[in-house]
Amino acid sequence: MASERLPAGVPIAELVDIHRHYVMGDHVVRALNGINLRIEAGSYTAIMGRSGSGKSTLLNILGCLDRPTSGQYRIGGEDVANLSDGELSEVRGQKIGFIFQSFNLIPQLTVLENLEVPLFYQGRVGAESRAKAEVLARRVGLEGRLEHRPNELSGGQQQRVAIARALMNDPLFLLADEATGNLDSKTEEEILGVLDELQREGVTIVVVTHNAKVAARAQRTVWLKDGVVESVEENLHRESSVAAQEASA
Amino acid sequence: MILLELVRTVRMGVKSLLLHKLRAFLTMLGMLFGVASVVAMLAVGEGASKAAQDRIQALGSTNILLRSKKPDVQEQNTSSNVWTAQVYGLTYDDLDRFKHTLPAAELVVPVRETHKEMRVGAEYQASYVLGTTPEYLTVTGMRVREGRWLTDQDDQRRTNVCVLGAFAAENLFPLDNPIGQSVRAGSDRFTVVGVLETLGRASGSVGPPVDECVFVPMSVSRAWFGDTSMKRTGGSMEVESVQLHEIKIRVADPAAVLDTARVVREMLSENHAKQDFTVVVPLELLKEAEAQKLIWNLVLGSIAGISLLVGGIGIMNVMLATVTERTREIGIRRALGAKKKHIVSQFLVETVVLSMTGGLLGVAAGLAGPILIETFAKMPTVALPQHWILSFGVSALVGVVSGLYPAVRAANMDPVEALRHE
Repeated sequence: MASERLPAGVPIAELVDIHRHYVMGDHVVRALNGINLRIEAGSYTAIMGRSGSGKSTLLNILGCLDRPTSGQYRIGGEDVANLSDGELSEVRGQKIGFIFQSFNLIPQLTVLENLEVPLFYQGRVGAESRAKAEVLARRVGLEGRLEHRPNELSGGQQQRVAIARALMNDPLFLLADEATGNLDSKTEEEILGVLDELQREGVTIVVVTHNAKVAARAQRTVWLKDGVVESVEENLHRESSVAAQEASA
Repeated sequence: MILLELVRTVRMGVKSLLLHKLRAFLTMLGMLFGVASVVAMLAVGEGASKAAQDRIQALGSTNILLRSKKPDVQEQNTSSNVWTAQVYGLTYDDLDRFKHTLPAAELVVPVRETHKEMRVGAEYQASYVLGTTPEYLTVTGMRVREGRWLTDQDDQRRTNVCVLGAFAAENLFPLDNPIGQSVRAGSDRFTVVGVLETLGRASGSVGPPVDECVFVPMSVSRAWFGDTSMKRTGGSMEVESVQLHEIKIRVADPAAVLDTARVVREMLSENHAKQDFTVVVPLELLKEAEAQKLIWNLVLGSIAGISLLVGGIGIMNVMLATVTERTREIGIRRALGAKKKHIVSQFLVETVVLSMTGGLLGVAAGLAGPILIETFAKMPTVALPQHWILSFGVSALVGVVSGLYPAVRAANMDPVEALRHE
């Protein structure tokens, strides 16, 4: 079902010397100050850092919600750093899958309709989108909930809907912003399990978090400090996916 | 595909509106009342104007109606010369002049009015006796219900025959068939030869109500009743001498009516020292009525415009609040690939659904209103399809106009800020 999935190791997102400066009154805040980062197909990356390190700004740039002041950002080989608002919308709609801390489902829509939203903006709503929504709902363990409203679901279930929604457009990578920040530890474990499973199936994942437990599930952790990449740690002792890695090796 | 997308957007819009049912309902009410009042007012206005036009039309659009009128400026003859008759009005000379000099005039009909007490046996009833010529029937468009109308022979031979107006017949002969019966007017006896159909009172027409009148040949009226009449008003006697109370002129060619009317006025002012006549030209009245209708429509249009404006402001206000409230939803949609145009169309569709639903209900209420007005207030109403189509269209337009700014504002939100919005 993943039409655009690339072979593992191919760079799908590449940041080259990304700066993001905000003008606040008469001084300039350098939120990002020359970030270089490569996301390879099939990888699982955690981005960590204290508040003020530029984490959120980097997330916005990665998600094409914001444009860098300077630098190059290539997604699937295309430079998106200088695209127009409309073109960025297309990139978000076609190549990125968002998962948010507060789930961000649309309350007045049913689960099915929420799942269809990304395809709606691609003009791809219909029998195809419905079938796809059903498949993805089953995949994240939500069968039989398609006609429910978000407020009839638990937090964990809502986040499962959000994950399914993020997969609807076959994105190049999933971008998760504190995906488990609003969940209790048991549910957090479930959601992290879903992400692990997806990664095992070949989905590229980037998580932005300040939770070490979440970061520990990733293959590597990128540490930000003062708008630059301070260090990159490879997680040799991944908690749960070791077995899976062995299996795939 | 585009249609499907629109259907989806509308469905989504309806869902979002149903999220706040009371709010949507109240906002719609503004539109509903605006449109309903416009539709209802237009129907009432159209009905009133049609009724007026019908009444004028009943006077005959090719007629020119002249009537004697007591001059405005009166000599102060309070007590000393009570018995001096006041002489005024249209004359036999006027009649002859019109007959011989107006080329466009097809018929020229004189009318004399005399107030008489009509007696049948012991019953009596005050009534107007109109002396006129046979053409009267053609000019007024009245019809004989029973018996016959006055003829030229009646006039030449001064036969004492009369034709009764519908109400006069009812009043004088409540039980019997009046044809062939005898009626006394003062000291004169008349044989009833016909009864007219009911005409109804035409407004703008002048003189006594024709349904209550008794008609006799011109020559008879002139010979038996004379030109001088006495009327008791208050304590004193009023003596008037009027030759002809009315002259009705029918013009053959509708295009010549206004010119003929002008000539008639000129001829009258040349031959009358005082303004002792009035000229009513139904065609002129018709044009006046049309001009008045235009003004009426203009006034209605302004009222309608204001009420729809208020409705539109209400909608805009609510949509601005909605946009603020749903900032986060806008952020989510933008993150999931919605372009600005998608957000604009989303909120625009919501506004238009709101205003058009209000408009639709308003049209329904506006069409129901006149039916109630007609049944209870007995006012004629005419609901024209173009009225409610227009009102409905305007409600849609108001939706677009008042929704545009909130929608554009929603679309221009920064996705990052919108997502962060609590």
